[in-house]
Amino acid sequence: MFLYILKRVLATIPVMLIVAIFVFLLLRLTPGDPAAILAGDAATPEQLERIRDRLGLNDPLLTQFMNWVGQLLRGDLGTSLLSNTSVAGMVADRLGPTINIAMMTITISVLLAVPMGVIAAWRHRTWIDFLVMSFSVLGFSVPVFVIGYILIQIFAIELRWVPVQGYKTPSDGLGAFFSRAILPSLTLATIYIALIARMTRASMLEVLGEDYIRTARAKGVRENVVLFRHALRNAAVPILTIIGTGFALLISGVVVTESVFNIPGIGRLTVDAILARDYPVIQAMILLTAGIYVFVNLLVDVSYSFFDPRIRY
Amino acid sequence: MELKSRDFSDAKRVLKIRKLEVGLTGRPDAVHVLNEIDLDIRAGETHCLVGESGSGKSVTSLAAMGLLPKDALEIRGGLIDLQGFEITNATAAQMRELRARRIAMIFQEPMTALNPVLRVGEQIEEVLNMHTDLSQSEAKKRTIDIMEQVHLPDVERIYSAFPHQLSGGQRQRIMIAMALILDPDLLIADEPTTALDVTTQLQILKLIAEMQERQGTAVLFITHDMGVVAEIADTVSVMQKGRIVERAPIRDLLKNPQEDYTKKLLSAVPNLTPRSARDVSGKKDVVAVEDLNMTYGGGGLFRKSDEVKAARDVNFSIAPGRTLGIVGESGSGKSTVARCIMRLIDPTAGKITVAGHEIAKLTRRQLQPHRKHLQIVFQDPYRSLNPRWTVARSLCEGPINFGTSREEAMEKAAELMELVDLPRDALARYPHQFSGGQRQRIAIARAVAMKPDLLVADEAVSALDVSVQAQVLDLLDDIQEKFGVAMLFITHDLRVAAQICDEVLVMQRGQVVEHGPAGRVLSDPHHDYTRNLIEAAPGRHWDFANFRALESAPGHQGAIA
Repeated sequence: MFLYILKRVLATIPVMLIVAIFVFLLLRLTPGDPAAILAGDAATPEQLERIRDRLGLNDPLLTQFMNWVGQLLRGDLGTSLLSNTSVAGMVADRLGPTINIAMMTITISVLLAVPMGVIAAWRHRTWIDFLVMSFSVLGFSVPVFVIGYILIQIFAIELRWVPVQGYKTPSDGLGAFFSRAILPSLTLATIYIALIARMTRASMLEVLGEDYIRTARAKGVRENVVLFRHALRNAAVPILTIIGTGFALLISGVVVTESVFNIPGIGRLTVDAILARDYPVIQAMILLTAGIYVFVNLLVDVSYSFFDPRIRY
Repeated sequence: MELKSRDFSDAKRVLKIRKLEVGLTGRPDAVHVLNEIDLDIRAGETHCLVGESGSGKSVTSLAAMGLLPKDALEIRGGLIDLQGFEITNATAAQMRELRARRIAMIFQEPMTALNPVLRVGEQIEEVLNMHTDLSQSEAKKRTIDIMEQVHLPDVERIYSAFPHQLSGGQRQRIMIAMALILDPDLLIADEPTTALDVTTQLQILKLIAEMQERQGTAVLFITHDMGVVAEIADTVSVMQKGRIVERAPIRDLLKNPQEDYTKKLLSAVPNLTPRSARDVSGKKDVVAVEDLNMTYGGGGLFRKSDEVKAARDVNFSIAPGRTLGIVGESGSGKSTVARCIMRLIDPTAGKITVAGHEIAKLTRRQLQPHRKHLQIVFQDPYRSLNPRWTVARSLCEGPINFGTSREEAMEKAAELMELVDLPRDALARYPHQFSGGQRQRIAIARAVAMKPDLLVADEAVSALDVSVQAQVLDLLDDIQEKFGVAMLFITHDLRVAAQICDEVLVMQRGQVVEHGPAGRVLSDPHHDYTRNLIEAAPGRHWDFANFRALESAPGHQGAIA
């Protein structure tokens, strides 16, 4: 098991290396002089030369790359062109809110969607199944910002249960954190509930037709035990995959929700950076997103073997 | 072998089924799946339910368990009575209470019938947790105890093993332990040995008989295998199209069957007495295999994985018009040899000469022109034909790839349909519109369309009912006579091998242990392994087709005591 995890961790190195090369070349291969892009239209030749020097653009490409990777490994992601502060610091400041919201979203999604999917499969082709599937279609098709504004209208403006916008960290008090985090999490969760419920239902339907489910019933096992002990664990692998990819997508996809609810997370940081062509920040965001994907996939792969003993490495 | 002849009229009746009707859910007008089923089983009795696939054997057993799939089948009338308790009227909770405690079931495929993600010990113990108040330690003790009773080795280790870590026979023992731990009155066994090798089958049949003896259990045994019936049955019910057409004590049924259908079923059981080899003098071998070796594994990124020698120094040759059978149990390497010759996998060493060309070391591209000399028919016709292609397209694809024009290929395809006894208009249809036997005919037609020199049949009749099996074997015989094709016939079934092979090669753990004319190998085996295989063949002392016992059974003495 340990050997397998080690193997998988080592296997992430080439993936991350390829991403790093891509990110590095992104700036270098953009048409025109990167220094000119960075310096803007009104730069003098002396300013350009200074920037080139500072960025090491006069060195051979390979040296530049090695230096850059060296910096990355020391945790130095460069300096923002916009605010002139360390990119690593900026990202770290913004990562907290995003991760918190994402965790809450995925928790809500799993807690609601998995039982929904299980029951829909168990009561296949009844009104319960129909209801779950209708909700699922709705969750897919209504845009995130519409759901966000509807939730604000109902719970913040009409009912006044929670604030309209803003963000407080859990250390500011759990009540303050949850009252502000609940609407954005629910907003984000709708599509994941739809996705995970659908996957759970499909996976459960397949498993419920298996011989060992018949065996369990032939033993006189109660239905809830049949569903959750015998069936759900066997159906777990595709569900986990969806949850894992969903979580990674979530981190990178929170842009709209963070804008609607005015949350200072990485979603907004990315948007601001793109609008301002703040290349070091954009680079850092791509690396971070890729890193999260790779890490979450690693977790999912390792967790497979926990649910399914046949997966041994 | 002695057929059983015990009298059960004094024993208490465990299961009584009267006029049972089962129909399709929500379609009261449709023809019923079961019609007027009557069945009685008494304590200690083994009642065999035989019939071909689709005859309603499994539906009958599921109805007795209250396990009919609700959205497909429902009981329309009649009565199922388990010692005074009427199952037909029971609530779901009452049925749950009954299962495992009074009525238990084991299934055909012990791999899929056990939950792959739970330890087998836990799965047995679950029965106790559901139905008794035993403490955790008592439950474990009882579980270990029943596991010992079904003769599992190294019980402590197997207790915490997962199903995939056990052999097929061990898994079926786990199923039996699970079914019998609460000492039920009735055990329903639905084809419990069909997926197992003959030697394992023999052990499992013995085990069921032993447990039955010890606990006085009534057994309803569902099978399509007349050999198994002859070994274990007290009473037999023959089912056809949802009805019981004949019921009799085993001796009467085998010696003096009344119904035509029963006679037909019995006559279709292939004889273990081998055919006489056909003359091949003067013909050059069309296939020759020399020192073929196939080793799996041995690679690995971080550490060397264990090597498995799936085939070791295999040598044989086949002349045109002759059939060589490779027999052996699962894992013996017989399919590996077939796949090496087909070059579906690459042998690690050795020579394969087909129609004068050495093909063992050719690259995929170099191999392409030789492919048409080699054709294969697989075991499962449900999966070997592309479900989205018409029969015509499947039949024409190969010849067109080798330069035949579309019109010519279509014409040939139509001729082939006649050859395999299917109507010409079947060409426009899709595989799911045919029965299993018809599909296997199509698969054979597809192979023959290439005019191969060698036809490999990998368990090609194993998935078919006996009567269909007999027809397909006849068809293969005809084709061989007509085209003079050499045939490599892979099978685990000695009866089938006896019917069709001129020569037999017996494999065990990758090695050839015996090789010779079918007549000699099957009637006078030299190797212990061959002898064990023959002795394990169920019902080998009975000549089913002629309704009498065999004077001298093939092989040596000794069957189920």
